[in-house]
Amino acid sequence: MITRREALFGAAIGAAAVAALPAFSATVTKADIRGLAREKIALVAPPFVHPHDQVAKGGPKIVEFTITIEEKPLVIDADGTTLNAMTYNGSIPGPLMVVHQDDYLELTLINPDTNSLAHNIDFHAATGGLGGGGLTLINPGEQVTLRFKATRTGTFVYHCAPGGAMIPWHVVSGMSGAIMVLPRDGLRNDRGEPVKYDKIFYIGESDFYIPRDEKGNFKSYESAGDGYDDIVKVMRGLIPTHVVFNGKVGSLTGDNAMKAKVGETVLIVHSQANRDTRPHLIGGHGDYVWEQGKFANPPAKDLETWFIRGGSAGSALYTFLQPGIYAYVNHNLIEAVELGATAHFMVEGQWNDDLMTQVEAPKPIATN
Amino acid sequence: MSPFILKVLPVALAAAAVPVGLSLQAVFGDRQPHPVAMTVVLLSGSIIYPTPGEFLKEGRPQGNPRIERQLSRPLEIMAYQVGAADYADCVSAGVCQPAQETRAIPSNAPVTGVSYLDANAYARWYSQVTGGQWRLPSDEEWAFAAAERFAGEFEGVENDANNPARRWLTSYKAEVDLNRKPDPMPKSRGSFGFNSLGLADFSGNVWEWTSTCYVRTTLAADGSGVASSVDNCGVHVLEGLHRAYMSNFVSDGKSGGCAVGTPPDNLGFRLVRDHSGWASRILGWLGIV
Repeated sequence: MITRREALFGAAIGAAAVAALPAFSATVTKADIRGLAREKIALVAPPFVHPHDQVAKGGPKIVEFTITIEEKPLVIDADGTTLNAMTYNGSIPGPLMVVHQDDYLELTLINPDTNSLAHNIDFHAATGGLGGGGLTLINPGEQVTLRFKATRTGTFVYHCAPGGAMIPWHVVSGMSGAIMVLPRDGLRNDRGEPVKYDKIFYIGESDFYIPRDEKGNFKSYESAGDGYDDIVKVMRGLIPTHVVFNGKVGSLTGDNAMKAKVGETVLIVHSQANRDTRPHLIGGHGDYVWEQGKFANPPAKDLETWFIRGGSAGSALYTFLQPGIYAYVNHNLIEAVELGATAHFMVEGQWNDDLMTQVEAPKPIATN
Repeated sequence: MSPFILKVLPVALAAAAVPVGLSLQAVFGDRQPHPVAMTVVLLSGSIIYPTPGEFLKEGRPQGNPRIERQLSRPLEIMAYQVGAADYADCVSAGVCQPAQETRAIPSNAPVTGVSYLDANAYARWYSQVTGGQWRLPSDEEWAFAAAERFAGEFEGVENDANNPARRWLTSYKAEVDLNRKPDPMPKSRGSFGFNSLGLADFSGNVWEWTSTCYVRTTLAADGSGVASSVDNCGVHVLEGLHRAYMSNFVSDGKSGGCAVGTPPDNLGFRLVRDHSGWASRILGWLGIV
């Protein structure tokens, strides 16, 4: 069991990190920033993404976001297994934030006093200050605002990193998400030609480590802290009990399957803050894949499966050519089928016989 | 499961359904070391029924042919699914494999986490200890017994000769439209209520094994019937909220799945009792047949 006091011990480490930071604040830059336009964005829960321009209009600006941290129990599979989740804005993963290169991302992070733990945010896209983690550690009842310059393009993970053993525990309790920094003139293919997407979906993959009782059933706990000791034991075995997309087995299937049409181009952003994964679209491909997620590198073409390193976010651009139900899976198929990492696309449109035809339907084997 | 608790049967028994647990106990009574499950005998009836399996015509998937079937002879079927406690007796006897069920389920819940092979092992053991002839129902028998709870194939599935994806998309949507509550935890028997024949728990969250094999049938192009068919008895039909096909050794719907859609919550079963000639005569003598 972890007490509030122990949780805040992480705060002490964070505070030390802050104190160690030299006072870099260059007033000239601050004056420049004061003159920039501001835009306030309302975030939406994954797999959807807030409206945004693919090609930036005008010069760099300050893009403001607000995220409220919610600690709450979430059901993560059909059997009702409960995770004492820690979330950015109530969802696993946290929402995708989109800005353009040279914009300033300004985040107000709120930790309501209904929570019991200290939290912060480490942006892999940010430079210095432990990705912002050193400047954002807040106790229940506090809020903080961080601004960083989006200097590099690509998709990047953000996650909670409140110090020591708290870091992996908070991450595998749900505290991760991604941001996308688009080039100001939009995405380009391997030949430098502009490419656009009609739809964007954000898939955040999580590995969960739920302790079991002596009969093998998943345990539930009154609070996150109550489960801490048991969960760390499972975590140290490195074998997740659940590997899921968007917080839950089946969160992107059935009623919640992602929808597209033949001819539509879809950008799928996929993050995994903790563990390697290998997305695969069954019956489809990655036309252009930024496997490492960084748009300054030319995308790989025509991939069958792509590799997302633990602690990174990548993206794949695909134009659907054939209607049907597509499964989008982590192609460790044990993780996809047994542990939960499966999503579905429902794609409407006309069938293309040229691409595929069942020449002869199943029938008894010819005997002569 | 005492055969004497007939009062739990609903008043809504259809004319064709007669509870006979009591009578049979009276007849076969003393030599049974294991109590006989409460049963209902269905005497007659007819159903319009989509035959199970997959159908092709001119190389294209077809809707499952809907045929009218008559119940040709009385069907005696368990009022409830086989219970977890009864199945545990078979396990204790060293005949059945333990059910693959670790959750804390109510003591009078149906058995779940059982494969087709498990269900058959239980039927053999149960026949031995009760002195009756018990077996899984065929898919057709199950449909008769489930009556208005029988779902079978999805409605509204399109078979567009030029676009096979229509079938996949519409059947996916049909499954979504079932609007299943995500509550797969097995419940006490009777929790899903009784159908019009006085039989309990059809199409709740436990799918039931049948003795019907998966079959792929090619229909003659001229509509004259079956051109060819191939059985795969390594896969059997399950019935419940929707029809499912699973390998005989699968005991967990999650790992078997029905197509890309939503798999059955739990796998269980109930049995029917066959009667040799004289048992039928006694039933007749009792005024039941």
